[in-house]
Amino acid sequence: MTTGNYDVLVVGGGPAGLAAAISAHDNGAKVLLLEREARLGGILKQCIHDGFGLHHFGEQLSGPEYAERFEDELYKRNIEYSTLTFVTKIDKNADGSFSVHTVGRSGVSVFTTKALVLATGCRERTAKQVFIHGTRPAGVFTAGTAQHFTNLLGLMPAKKCVILGSGDIGLIMARRLTLEGAKVLGVYEAKPTPSGLTRNLHQCLHDYDIPLHLSHTVTRVFGVDRLEAVEISKVDEKMVPIPGTQTRVECDTLILSVGLIPENELAESIGVQLDPRTKGPVCDGQCMTSTDGVFSCGNALHVNDLVDYVSQNAEQAGKSAAQYSKKARKLIEVTPGDGLLYVVPQRLNLNEDNSKTDLYFRVREEENNCVLHILADGKEILKKRYAFMRPPEMENLTIDFDGCELNENSRVELQLERLGKGDDVK
Amino acid sequence: MTKELVCIVCPRSCRMTITSEGDELVVTGNTCKRGKEFAINEMTDPRRTVCTTVRTSFPSVPVLPVRVSGAIPKNKIFDLMREVNRITVSKRIGREEVVVPNILDLGVDLIATSNILKDENNET
Repeated sequence: MTTGNYDVLVVGGGPAGLAAAISAHDNGAKVLLLEREARLGGILKQCIHDGFGLHHFGEQLSGPEYAERFEDELYKRNIEYSTLTFVTKIDKNADGSFSVHTVGRSGVSVFTTKALVLATGCRERTAKQVFIHGTRPAGVFTAGTAQHFTNLLGLMPAKKCVILGSGDIGLIMARRLTLEGAKVLGVYEAKPTPSGLTRNLHQCLHDYDIPLHLSHTVTRVFGVDRLEAVEISKVDEKMVPIPGTQTRVECDTLILSVGLIPENELAESIGVQLDPRTKGPVCDGQCMTSTDGVFSCGNALHVNDLVDYVSQNAEQAGKSAAQYSKKARKLIEVTPGDGLLYVVPQRLNLNEDNSKTDLYFRVREEENNCVLHILADGKEILKKRYAFMRPPEMENLTIDFDGCELNENSRVELQLERLGKGDDVK
Repeated sequence: MTKELVCIVCPRSCRMTITSEGDELVVTGNTCKRGKEFAINEMTDPRRTVCTTVRTSFPSVPVLPVRVSGAIPKNKIFDLMREVNRITVSKRIGREEVVVPNILDLGVDLIATSNILKDENNET
């Protein structure tokens, strides 16, 4: 049985895990990175389209290019990593350290670490989670599975397909399958607004004349061995199908792009508290979760739309994990006000440096012409005007909270002020 | 003539308006100069970068991700796809190496975007 002692153990070798491991190493820690797949890179391995890295590298990279640049940095530093290694269990030890049990090519191993970074990414919602009725034929895939077939295995999963959900992976796959010769009949979205980035609506759908049907959903699938058709229904404002609006669309494939959920089974097993809004851990400005010594970053913390933010956030997590000491935390809450879906971090630890805290947040619905106010105990720290804000497009601001004279009874709140047309900032 | 379009240069997705005033194209709504350039190109010579995969002769890595080294005219995208789907890579080329130089005489190269073939060779 292999064993070893580390300062920081990172679970997950995708973009978040890679950036966290590199940053923890650069801050003096002895690091081990564990990845369950055969290759590092996570989901970026199959994201062959470009558009990654504009913030981080100032250029448009494809997914593999972005991931491999980080892998190169990992190799350069000789950071220890192990692929085909699956974490089965994590124990909290009496001295505050963690024992991480794994199974891999060499059998069972246990590693001991002072701090843990959970960079376990997210999972796709499946057909079962969106309640589609009917038979269970082949040909119903999540967008990520279809992408895996097309981009890694070189297999075409579809000839004539319908896409449910307008998330970015669904839009990207609409274009990808069209390029490879499939007919994409349409993208159906139950919500009245699209879920993906506006640029993807344009470069993936409009460029190829693929129709987008808002307020429509798939209510039934037909077919015995292989999918033969789907039933489409209009939905009302509560996203409930309207009887009598059904139409049948013949197709051999249904691709689902209906949302992503942070993966936190390991986190929950060691008592990490989750935020029902993000479905990821509640964390402070150092990415430490409610469990001391356990850090979370990337899509495991909250689902990001840009990998650049994942890297930025993971660098913070890796650095904080390297600098982790068991000193007590003095936590205050950061809360999202009316109109905001969530804010990360959800807490600030006043015993740490909060002079450059990255806040990530999303609006609940599309907003036009509004002002975001960040308040500490009712006093304004920052305000920023936005011409429009959309739920799929996450916002990021860096705030100096150290200059705000916060104490243990303080509260930080984000508030959205909606301006009418022509109004000016108050 | 006035046309509204969304910038696809970066995730900011600026909503822009482009108006032709005589010989000049006037762009509003862009927040950077790349947006203006994109809007003018959309009117005169719309181009896209294409990312796809090529077949390989290595069973464990059936396809290699590739892209064009620069944007190509929009109306050449499917010609490019047909050409790419005729190719099989049989050398263990690495990231940024040229798969096909000056593909279809478009003035751009088809380049590999992953080290997957090279890395696999190092491991075995």
